[in-house]
Amino acid sequence: MASVAREWREIPGRYNTVGTKCGACGKIYFPARSLCPKCRRASVGKMERYDISEEGEVYTFSVVHDAPDANMRMKPYAVGMVKTTDGVLLTGQIVDIDPHRIEIGMPVRTVLRKIYEDGESGVIHYGFKFVPKW
Amino acid sequence: MREVAVIGVGMTKFGELWDSSFRDIGLKAGMLAIEDAGLSGDEIDGMFIGNMASGRFIDQHHIGALIADYSGMASNHVPATRVEAGGASGGMAFRQGVMAVASGMHDMVIVGGAEKMTDVDDPSSNAIIDSTADQQWESSMGATMASLHAMIAKRCIHEGMATREEIAAVSVNSHANAVDNPNAQFRRATKIESVIRSSAVAEPLGMFDCAPISDGAAAVVLCPLEDAKKHTDKPVKVAAVSQASDTLALFQRNSILSFAATRVAAERAYARAGISAKDVSVAEVHDNYTISGILAAQDLGLFKKGEAGKAFLEGVTLTGGKMPINTSGGLKAQGHPIGATGVAQIVELTHQMRGTADKRQIAKPRYGLAQNVGGTGSAVTVSILEAI
Repeated sequence: MASVAREWREIPGRYNTVGTKCGACGKIYFPARSLCPKCRRASVGKMERYDISEEGEVYTFSVVHDAPDANMRMKPYAVGMVKTTDGVLLTGQIVDIDPHRIEIGMPVRTVLRKIYEDGESGVIHYGFKFVPKW
Repeated sequence: MREVAVIGVGMTKFGELWDSSFRDIGLKAGMLAIEDAGLSGDEIDGMFIGNMASGRFIDQHHIGALIADYSGMASNHVPATRVEAGGASGGMAFRQGVMAVASGMHDMVIVGGAEKMTDVDDPSSNAIIDSTADQQWESSMGATMASLHAMIAKRCIHEGMATREEIAAVSVNSHANAVDNPNAQFRRATKIESVIRSSAVAEPLGMFDCAPISDGAAAVVLCPLEDAKKHTDKPVKVAAVSQASDTLALFQRNSILSFAATRVAAERAYARAGISAKDVSVAEVHDNYTISGILAAQDLGLFKKGEAGKAFLEGVTLTGGKMPINTSGGLKAQGHPIGATGVAQIVELTHQMRGTADKRQIAKPRYGLAQNVGGTGSAVTVSILEAI
């Protein structure tokens, strides 16, 4: 079972999709990075907080039937890669829709949801998921 | 740098080996390779072992020491190093072994690969495999390894790079080739319709699109090319071993329709071997999922972008075809004991280059290429063997 600290320190990214923008080249990253992989040393100290757009569209997706224990009760569920209006790709579940009605290009927005729980007495993990933007 | 040769190979059967432990299979593959090289074992001065996750599959870390001990190498205090790179662990162990001999640090190295996956239940096994993706930002968000590949497949179909039938044909190809491999987990042919109709794992991929959970081990013995003839009449030259990295998470790539690490590793390997893709006589590619076979065939330059699917569908890639791919049965049908996979590819290619692949033997072998992938293309090794 994972410690609470492991979850806690990732809250900005997992709850609010907070990423970073490189002050040297302007590229946006999610999750947050302390070093721009392109600018490397030139980016040190120049990585700025960047709130990733909550709107985007489905780039690709899959309906998962063979699920890990944590998600067993949700199956079949949809997981997708969403391209936000910033041009950043995110991976997460697509919910509040029949998985077989999802289409590539469908507009979605990010919401905060429960992701899974560590057994009956462990940490409840929250994070972002995507819902259709009706 | 010294040129390096493969002088001995061995492997266990791949599959659900209920009566064999991790140490049993690791030892067996090593013994077979040493016997094949005509050695006593005392000549070995270095060991590299590809293994992905013994710590989670059998709760045993420190398997370098374990294998050195049970293979008798610890009695000579031979250094043993475990190499981990997700699905590319075996290929990377091979590269480390080649580097050790090429550099002159070692004169006789055994490279092993082993994974015992069936000592845990299937959901646990899949969770371990999922941990080779980005645990924090992919797996724990609900993305499984199968679903990440399914998302690649979905986008490929959407963009017209391959059809569902062409993707399924990768499985049909591997199964057809595995019929003639006595070590394969599945020695049965299958049909396009059966693959497409197989129970859904992560749509559009079904069970027959996915490599199985397997136990198994493989090993090869390496020495300097100039000494190889002292040990065997049929040494095989290692013409190149290359490796490339990419982002851990798939969603951070510029494109998910191609693995850049495969392209770069292949370019480096072709340059080192002084050949181009058209010189490859046979390839073993990492078809952990059917879609991976399509990407591999294109990224390695064996087929143009958008044309690999058709080649698989038309049987060009069968053992008797113009560009044989996965004569062993690949990961899909030979089996995929993860750490062993990359080493087993070298075993198969060595047989092909020597002309000892029995019913799987291709005509006029010259260069054999192996591509081994960790995660969703996050680490890739490409090795080229040359018949001499």
